[in-house]
Amino acid sequence: MGDNAESILAVEHLTMHFGGLVAVDNFSFAARRGEVTALIGPNGAGKTTVFNCVTGFYKPTVGMIRLLHPDGREFLLERLLDFRITKLARVARTFQNIRLFPGMTVLENLVVAQHNPLMVASGFSIAGLFGLKSYAQAEKAAIDKARYWLDRTGLLARADDNAGQLAYGEQRRLEIVRAMCTDPVLLCLDEPAAGLNANESADLNKLLLFIRAEHGTSIVLIEHDMSVVMEISDHIVVLDYGLKIADGTPSDIRNDPKVIAAYLGHEDDATELSGAGARP
Amino acid sequence: MSPSPSVQDNSANTLGISVLAAALKEAALAALVALGLFFFLIGIKTDQGPTGALVIMPRFEALAMIVGAVFTGSFLRALIAGNKSIMSRVELPAWIVPKLQWAGRFMGAAFLVFALALPFLFFNNRYVLDLGILVLTYVMLGWGLNIVVGLAGLLDLGYVAFYAVGAYSYALLAQNFGLSFWIGLPLAGILAAFWGVLLGFPVLRLRGDYLAIVTLGFGEIIRLVLLNWRDLTGGPNGISGIPRPSFFGLPFDESANGFAATFGLEFTPTHRLVFLFYLILALALVTNWVTLRLRRLPIGRAWEALREDEIACRALGINTTNTKLTAFAIGAMFGGFSGAFFATRQSFISPESFNFGESALVLAIVVLGGMGSQLGVAIAALAMIGGFELFRGFEQYRMLLFGATMVIIMIWRPRGLIATRTPSLLLAAGKAKSASSNRDGDGR
Repeated sequence: MGDNAESILAVEHLTMHFGGLVAVDNFSFAARRGEVTALIGPNGAGKTTVFNCVTGFYKPTVGMIRLLHPDGREFLLERLLDFRITKLARVARTFQNIRLFPGMTVLENLVVAQHNPLMVASGFSIAGLFGLKSYAQAEKAAIDKARYWLDRTGLLARADDNAGQLAYGEQRRLEIVRAMCTDPVLLCLDEPAAGLNANESADLNKLLLFIRAEHGTSIVLIEHDMSVVMEISDHIVVLDYGLKIADGTPSDIRNDPKVIAAYLGHEDDATELSGAGARP
Repeated sequence: MSPSPSVQDNSANTLGISVLAAALKEAALAALVALGLFFFLIGIKTDQGPTGALVIMPRFEALAMIVGAVFTGSFLRALIAGNKSIMSRVELPAWIVPKLQWAGRFMGAAFLVFALALPFLFFNNRYVLDLGILVLTYVMLGWGLNIVVGLAGLLDLGYVAFYAVGAYSYALLAQNFGLSFWIGLPLAGILAAFWGVLLGFPVLRLRGDYLAIVTLGFGEIIRLVLLNWRDLTGGPNGISGIPRPSFFGLPFDESANGFAATFGLEFTPTHRLVFLFYLILALALVTNWVTLRLRRLPIGRAWEALREDEIACRALGINTTNTKLTAFAIGAMFGGFSGAFFATRQSFISPESFNFGESALVLAIVVLGGMGSQLGVAIAALAMIGGFELFRGFEQYRMLLFGATMVIIMIWRPRGLIATRTPSLLLAAGKAKSASSNRDGDGR
């Protein structure tokens, strides 16, 4: 742990205040390259806040978020605008409540994700407006990439349907592969298994393991579904009331008394009640 | 165990009575609302009395008639439709959809052929040509606004501002620097685009209703500046004597080097009108071509993605600031082109031509036509501007008719006349999509 050579994301002393509320308090963790890191904790623990800080949707009150590319480049994410984090630092994310482009087709969703390379290929629309050949080739490559991911997720037959018409589980998968179409080095998934049945969860596990193995993309995920967390995570970080309470391998976490207490309550009834009372 | 016939009769009877009672109740309620609403609007009228003072004239017969009409109408509706709401959108029967698609494919071409042939068909009919030019101006404005509202989903209530910027740019450039129309036109477009970006910056964070209010304000600001900056714009007197366009340097006049003399034709003022007609047709077609082309480029797809979900756009690395500003700029540019055309056609402009009503009319064309649909916007422009002329005989009632038509269309086709969206690219090449299925997702 903490070895910079192999860590891809290092969050240091992250603190986030919303007015008087401290959502995340002096939180530090590192995600290692090529691993699946899970961020777990009860509802309201501050997991999504951490994600929003990492992906630039919030500016952290205090703290440093470093991203190390395999080629040695380093990005300080807390200083980058949200869209630049995806564009330059190559961090992609999904959302807890799926955010697709429901009125556009599945294929269009995946091609929109390749906006930045395609913009360059279209000469910022000027070359594309006059139908230059180089743009046609770039568009074909973009469609091929989309086809590859659709094939992976079994959505190829639905490519020309509107994304809003897909079943819930299919929308989840589409959002993940749409994020993959931005060629990320780090993929942040906010509750990818929420609302999925056991079969769909198993498919999701396979997809995530495939992404990690074949594309070398490191994954950080927030998840409540322990079957997903325990099966695919290499490393788990537990957050409660904005504080880190545990950090380790799945087996460490499973037996950690503090984690069990956070999830199931303390054995002592009095403390449990006071704990429950304090929870907003 | 089946109920005895008498019981059945009885229940049918009570059912009938209860439906009747419900219908009466609903009709009475509607009539009451109408009474309250129309009492002041129709029931009383102020007029000048014999001594010159204002007197109140009761018009209770008119009030009774309208309340009676509301009562009868809502009673019949309740009887016939029962609990079904007329507010539900009209679903086209399944067999008609492919036929409509087939027709739609040729409709654009048919319109184009008709537009090209119009000056020949109605060469001697100045009125039709003038109306054609007017309709095409609104088609072009509609297509320009369609980029901002239909594609990028940015509700712009001040589009007329760019129309005004284009018109005044050309008028001032032509008057002060003697620039010809063909140089003034692109400059007017560029200046309007510049103002589009300038006005776009402060509203980057706004969406929906808030954006609409601010753009409405901008439209008014531009108009008020034009009205009050007397030194530059002539204030309410406007600018007159704006040069007419020439046919590649040949003016449309009776002189020896005029258009008619050069081509050995007998001089008639219709030549200029025909030329203006083809000019606006060409400008509108350029707008259409650029829009259709941009829709298939990353920028166009980013506009549509922005309309669907701005946060998801940012998460995918799309610079939403630039995307919005390009939508504003390109929409404004086409508004500027049509403004320059308007100035050269009228040869006189004043701030009166650029009031909020124009913005509302263009927006109504886009919304009625179906946001994002090029053909729909063209049909809506034809129906609104042409229809308005058609009902000129109805005098003051045409506004009523117009409003009623809009309400009916919005009830039955809430997404506009043509609510289908053609995907910008398809995986299965050549495979026709079921158009009715598009846009059915919880689009926005």
